[in-house]
Amino acid sequence: MRKYSVFAVAREAMRGHKGWEAQWTSPEPRKDYDVIIVGGGGHGLGAAYYLAKEHGITNVAVIEKGWLGGGNTGRNTTIIRSNYLYDESMDIYEHSLKLWEGLSQDLNYNVMYSPRGVMMLSHNVHDKQSFQRHVHANRLYGIDNEWLTPQQAKDFVPVLDISASARYPINGAALQRRGGTARHDAVAWGYARAASDRGVHVIQNCEVKGIRRGPDGAVTGVETSKGFIGAKKIAVSASGHNSVIMAMADVKLPLHSVPLQALVSEPMKPIFPCVVMSNSVHAYISQSDKGELVIGAGTDQYNSYSQTGGLQIITHTLDAICELFPMFRRVKMMRQWGGITDNTPDRSAIQGVTPVKNLFVNCGWGTGGFKATPGSAHLFAHLIARGEPHKLAAGLTLDRFRTGRLIDEAAAAAVAH
Amino acid sequence: MLLIYCPYCEEERSELEFRHGGDAHIARPANIADITDEEFQDYFFLRDNPKGLIFERWRHIHGCGRFFNAARDTVSDKFVMSYKAGEPKPNLSGEPTATEKTVETYEAVEGIAK
Repeated sequence: MRKYSVFAVAREAMRGHKGWEAQWTSPEPRKDYDVIIVGGGGHGLGAAYYLAKEHGITNVAVIEKGWLGGGNTGRNTTIIRSNYLYDESMDIYEHSLKLWEGLSQDLNYNVMYSPRGVMMLSHNVHDKQSFQRHVHANRLYGIDNEWLTPQQAKDFVPVLDISASARYPINGAALQRRGGTARHDAVAWGYARAASDRGVHVIQNCEVKGIRRGPDGAVTGVETSKGFIGAKKIAVSASGHNSVIMAMADVKLPLHSVPLQALVSEPMKPIFPCVVMSNSVHAYISQSDKGELVIGAGTDQYNSYSQTGGLQIITHTLDAICELFPMFRRVKMMRQWGGITDNTPDRSAIQGVTPVKNLFVNCGWGTGGFKATPGSAHLFAHLIARGEPHKLAAGLTLDRFRTGRLIDEAAAAAVAH
Repeated sequence: MLLIYCPYCEEERSELEFRHGGDAHIARPANIADITDEEFQDYFFLRDNPKGLIFERWRHIHGCGRFFNAARDTVSDKFVMSYKAGEPKPNLSGEPTATEKTVETYEAVEGIAK
């Protein structure tokens, strides 16, 4: 792999840009691998990269049904933060945030991580109490989060309407300054390039149709649209389709898949300095480096794999955006899309061993998986290599639904993840 | 937005009038205090989450207020039928289910990566 640098740009400028090589190779699958990862999103590609980099396991294939960045990795609103309430969540999201901070250098790929701050608006007494509890919990745990008065919030985001006559009055806000955004498809591409460089096979347009198991119950490989591929270990990280893949090995998960929608506006000059989320009225918004407003809407209430979602969901969000930021009322929306999220009953992820030998699962990231990408991938690689979870992910096991040790971020966060 | 047929009102109404109630035909064990943790997990948390035909509960909360069941395809979001609570689970094994080939998905429109 040729490293990207300012010298590479200069060299290619002299040569008419003819020396750029493909970012990753697209090999035909081998007969068998040490590890097969099902799902070529950020989490899966990242796990392959860390397997190769930190655990010396390079005989790895990432099998992806579509194309890289075509699933939820390329369908989210790119928000990064770690201001969760419970220790288990703070552990993994803070681990992830620390990896985000050095990810571009680590991968030699600009993922455009931008710590521009994530602000969560409080509209009522309940919000205020809840967010201040989060702020205190975070600070006690060594994670930055601070409480702002309405005027301080307005100073940080000048376009915010904090007037007393506002439809959704603001009585304060929580701000995590290290939170921010990153370019989502660059994350998939960067991990694919770095993993491919270390010998990992990235196999696109290859659908997993079955999981084959030996007489002792352990997995032996996957049936795919390119034929059978053997594997000593299989790791499933297929976001919305985790239930479908795991059903092939007769493992039932506590998941339901629902569409989550997002939309972007026409590009504008820089106007919006950070990410603003409002849990109570359900809106979150930031501005991409291209200038588009990136707006996240809610999930539909019913199970679906349709990747669309109802119109009333996005109009509800836009109603709230227009009230909070009156200057955006005449902005045109350009694109809208949906991704299928897999949600657990306690709204915390599952990462761990399964009842099937040598089959591992990384699922249930629900509506907040993007921010977890590097941390989740890093800990998932540890799980696959060692066969037991890393201590930072020890609480995320599948058996918590049997033991009752839930991590109830659903109750803690109400809505936005 | 879905149009949902309420079997009590005998009318198709907008989704805004309804609240989704999770999977249908999940019976609470009569001996709930005696079952093992595994059995409780199976009853309370584990779900099929099918891609295709699903049986689910809906409540016509802004209408008649009653619960009923429905069979729907989770790929096309089309309702196969809805029926009153307490009625047995219909056998719809002969129904063709939607696939990505019969539904206009993003993949179908954009084509696969080359």
